[in-house]
Amino acid sequence: MEIERHEYDVVVIGAGGAGLRAAIEARQQGKRTAIVCKSLFGKAHTVMAEGGAAAAMGNVNPDDNWMVHFRDTMRGGKFLNNWRMAELHAKEAPDRVWELEAWGALFDRTKDGKISQRNFGGHEYPRLAHVGDRTGLELIRTLQQRVVALQQEDEKLHGDPEAYIKVFAECTVTRLLKEGGAIAGAFGYWRETGKFVLFDAPAVVLATGGIGKSYVVTSNSWEYTGDGHALALLAGAELINMEFIQFHPTGMVWPPSVRGILVTESVRGDGGVLRNSEGRRFMFDYVPDVFKDKYATTEEEADRWYTDQANNRRPPELLPRDEVARAINAEVKAGRGSPQGGVFLDVSTRLPAAEIVKRLPSMHHQFKELADVDITREPMQVGPTCHYIMGGVEVDADTGAASVPGLFAAGEVSGGMHGSNRLGGNSLSDLLVFGRRAGAGAAAYVNGLAKRPAASEESIRDARDEALAPLERSGGENPYEVHHELQRTMNELVGIIRKAEEVSEALEAVEKLKERSKNTASPGGRIYNPGWHLALDLRNMLLVSECVARAALLREESRGGHTRDDYPKMSPEWRRRLLVCSATPDGATVSVEEKIQPSMRADLLVLFDRPELSKYLTEDELAEYDAVDGAVKEA
Amino acid sequence: MGYKAKFRVWRGEGGEGRLEDFTVEVNEGEVVLDVIHRLQATQAPDLAVRWNCKAGKCGSCSMEINGKPRLGCMTRMSTFEETETITVTPMRTFPVIKDLVTDVSFNYQKAREIPSFTPPKDVKPGEYRMQQIDVERSQEFRKCIECFMCNNVCHVIRDHDENKPAFAGPRFLMRIAELDMHPYDVADRKDSAQNEHGLGYCNITKCCTEVCPEHIKITDNALIPMKERVVDRKYDPLVWLGNKIFKRSGG
Repeated sequence: MEIERHEYDVVVIGAGGAGLRAAIEARQQGKRTAIVCKSLFGKAHTVMAEGGAAAAMGNVNPDDNWMVHFRDTMRGGKFLNNWRMAELHAKEAPDRVWELEAWGALFDRTKDGKISQRNFGGHEYPRLAHVGDRTGLELIRTLQQRVVALQQEDEKLHGDPEAYIKVFAECTVTRLLKEGGAIAGAFGYWRETGKFVLFDAPAVVLATGGIGKSYVVTSNSWEYTGDGHALALLAGAELINMEFIQFHPTGMVWPPSVRGILVTESVRGDGGVLRNSEGRRFMFDYVPDVFKDKYATTEEEADRWYTDQANNRRPPELLPRDEVARAINAEVKAGRGSPQGGVFLDVSTRLPAAEIVKRLPSMHHQFKELADVDITREPMQVGPTCHYIMGGVEVDADTGAASVPGLFAAGEVSGGMHGSNRLGGNSLSDLLVFGRRAGAGAAAYVNGLAKRPAASEESIRDARDEALAPLERSGGENPYEVHHELQRTMNELVGIIRKAEEVSEALEAVEKLKERSKNTASPGGRIYNPGWHLALDLRNMLLVSECVARAALLREESRGGHTRDDYPKMSPEWRRRLLVCSATPDGATVSVEEKIQPSMRADLLVLFDRPELSKYLTEDELAEYDAVDGAVKEA
Repeated sequence: MGYKAKFRVWRGEGGEGRLEDFTVEVNEGEVVLDVIHRLQATQAPDLAVRWNCKAGKCGSCSMEINGKPRLGCMTRMSTFEETETITVTPMRTFPVIKDLVTDVSFNYQKAREIPSFTPPKDVKPGEYRMQQIDVERSQEFRKCIECFMCNNVCHVIRDHDENKPAFAGPRFLMRIAELDMHPYDVADRKDSAQNEHGLGYCNITKCCTEVCPEHIKITDNALIPMKERVVDRKYDPLVWLGNKIFKRSGG
């Protein structure tokens, strides 16, 4: 069988923000770079990001700086974050945003002509660089156009625009290939023709995004089938924090066909409030102890905050996403929900109609077109939707390197940066900061190689056989049905609120679905056959779902994106423990091990007050803090 | 609330194809793309369609619904009569790969032909200062989700393949206007818009504006102002004279 072959230095899988930024970096460092993506160039899930990119530029409030951003990020993640990643992210995000501007991005402006910054949940100061509510589109288009600019440069220099950076669009990678322990390439198929393609490359950067398509109600697009998570596992790398899934508090709830589509947090950042069926602003009833002194206790104070942030505390609608999602869930369960099973999100009584259309154009458009609701006149109905996975490939903070030599990961597919819960706005900045670092990490790795590993013919044959199997079977399972059942299982049994019995039940169900997925049949040919593509994606969705469920069953506490009905409290003991998933090369067995989270570096630790840390750390860790703090004060 | 709708969907590949009839369930609040997905899950598992976000933000599911270019995800079933037969075909201007999926590489080729953003050499990242009112013009064009329906509907290329090499289409003529109106872009784009990217082919029938799902006023705000600049340039007698005097050796 003929397999198209290409030789590259760095292959980036995924063309969202992280993938494009990684590819740009690898190419800028002189590496021949391939970008391989499942969709057309410029369509990745990043386009759906609405709110903005968090970067402590201090354009709106000069008190903002990387230390404040670092603290907010750690608090949002309930101190489970990889602190080195949170540090690098807070320090480098402004440079990454400014760089976009030099590549042609046009952010909204402040009066003095700088990049405007907006308020968002969990961020102490206005911090999100934005363009109305379509920031993700601006980001992806800018990076896409930067790739084109580099290709134009290469055309002038080498006579071939694709000499150093080429996009392989509508191309899906199904296996990473290795020689010895190290990455040797990637195997995949062209969606358009069904023909196979092999990339010989010593470095692969995974930038495939998340796993939302394992859930029924999700804000994620079809591409979010956990491909990178699964490819990493099957190649022998580890995933961490897989139990932590962010349910965004505000997804559309009606009509049913759009259930889950995102309603941006900017609605609340710009003044929108949440009410239950009794008209009560219920978020005042849900401010947890760890955040008590930072949030307003009365509507009057909360409303004053929008114009005077120095003398008032923030409205509780702007608590981190996990808190708001649980609160909405609780209100609906208590019978105080809206007619379609959500709660009311109202901006119509808070801002003049013209201002709403100007600040939230996509939301205005989306509700009008899809739900016949005019958000300048009436409230929206919203409820939680599966939005983001904090867990992912365990990587070195500085280089994005996974444990498998030659494998790198950045963006949503990597784990650690956001701990147990991601703050809104920290994703777009994460993509830029760690996309660049992974691209640089991959380039440096290639520079240090004495010889390029080569994939064995046997491993290529195996990859080909695995990919062809659903087409060659007849009368097997319908992949669409297996997928629907997985989505229902995860939504109902490993959702926002989890119980041991239910998660165990989900694991049994996933085990059965894994068997069924081995017997899927896809009628039709190889040319653009979505039934075949789904059958192949199922392997990945099932594997990551198993990781989510196994880790969720083990973690006996509630923290961020993991809430256990049977263990409702946060436990300092569990804060120190990371759950690390690995799998056998055939994906048949997933195992989870505990690993101790390294202590925070002293100079970062002392950025926090002892009373705050005492809510999160163990007695032993607090003793460490006292020793460090004492030494700092003496010096 | 549900009912059975009649759908006629174009199926085929390799230059051949036909309209195929389906009867399919429709539920309240659904859009055309939901119905296409139901066909995949129940009757035609290999029916090819592009889609991503299903929220009108990515511009993947462009198709022609009863002959009109539309996003499948933003076309509500409630806009049709229950008895109506809904005909879904691929975009006509681009070659069909299979079913509703077309080869849109023309657009990526054109994107690469437009010279990129060219800032002054002495402005460093972080030093950009622009007023909101000055960025808003280009921001309107940057709302573009690249659904390519404007290029699909444009009669210059819709039935005239022969014009494709010389014409960038509304999408990329708008990109030129966007860069031209960027406060920090220093490249001269007027001559090339006319001579290399085919601005002169556009006779402002506004078909592109009508189909734009982002409601960008492509013709009024991008193409006409660009044409006006070209005309100023071409017929400004001083410029004309200057060109004659200083560029004589090149002419």
